[in-house]
Amino acid sequence: MDNAILATQAHPHEMDQAEEHAHVSLPQHLHHFATEQQQREAGTFGMWLFLLTEIMFFGGLFFSYLIYRNWYYDAFAVASNQLSVPLGGTNTAILITSGFFMALCVWASEVRKKGLLVIFLLLTMLFGSVFIGIKGVEYHEKWEKHHIPGDHFDVSEFVNPHAYGLDEKPLSPDMAKKTQIFFSLYFAMTGIHALHMIIGLVILVWLTIRAHRGDFTAGYVAPIENFALYWHFVDIVWLFLFPLLYLINRHHGT
Amino acid sequence: MTEFHDASNVTNPEHAEHHVVTPRTYIIVFITLLIFTGLTVVAAYVDLHIFNPIVALAIATFKAVIVILYFMHVKYQSRLIKMTVSAGFFTFLVLTTMTLSDYMSRAWGLW
Repeated sequence: MDNAILATQAHPHEMDQAEEHAHVSLPQHLHHFATEQQQREAGTFGMWLFLLTEIMFFGGLFFSYLIYRNWYYDAFAVASNQLSVPLGGTNTAILITSGFFMALCVWASEVRKKGLLVIFLLLTMLFGSVFIGIKGVEYHEKWEKHHIPGDHFDVSEFVNPHAYGLDEKPLSPDMAKKTQIFFSLYFAMTGIHALHMIIGLVILVWLTIRAHRGDFTAGYVAPIENFALYWHFVDIVWLFLFPLLYLINRHHGT
Repeated sequence: MTEFHDASNVTNPEHAEHHVVTPRTYIIVFITLLIFTGLTVVAAYVDLHIFNPIVALAIATFKAVIVILYFMHVKYQSRLIKMTVSAGFFTFLVLTTMTLSDYMSRAWGLW
């Protein structure tokens, strides 16, 4: 009889395993990872691999910018001066602010402050949306001035700048056509950047809803942290786009 | 939990304690980024001849580096992550240099 009782009781070692299994079902420690630390690093590693593909993706655009800027420098300089530095500069500051609040989101998630996390996520979204709004104003101005490449592109401002009250060197009709390449790159680069931000804003809505439920303030920081990596990467792209597109030739006399 | 399967030594001892970056660090980085944004605008209006694009790129690179190190926590990550990040930028630099040398050598003297 003693034997029978022993057989129905779980072995102490098995009990340990069962407890451990309940423990590893936490989202920050899935059963196929040895430790929470390992899972977190694996996630960060994977996120960075994705960001490396993004570096190559934007890198191709930056490279074509480099080549065309060297070939058609005069067209690039004049076309760049048509962009608004106040709007572009303001947008840079707004994007940096958005990134700052995203960084604070990671901190709030680490120290498990749910209210602060939701507020910071909302502020990140707010500044991100203002950025898209200002970008929209800029695009609209390009539309009105016929500076969108294609059949309706208007070179007259570049061939005869003095008639438009612009203090620029007139371009030959041939070179003036090349301003379309500048605006093509402008729309491609800022457009894909804006697309990344819109995707980011959609993910932010989802993250905010989950953060409000308390998903990320009980030790599970990874989604916030990895999204922050994406958001900061998009910021970095803009940190290069702003001087390269807006500030080519602001000093007159060369 | 004192014992676990760690055959390939994936748990890095140097990384045993997770570093939480404080808001103070973030505020310093934030203000630095804003100052350098102002600086890049001012520098663009000063005629530095050939150095205008160089200064603009240097400032942008500096800003990108502090975003990567502090906002993206790379400074506090393991060697694996540091290597991954630098490998990505290094590969991009290699590709740019090789493609650029091709373009330049095809139009020798015109650049």
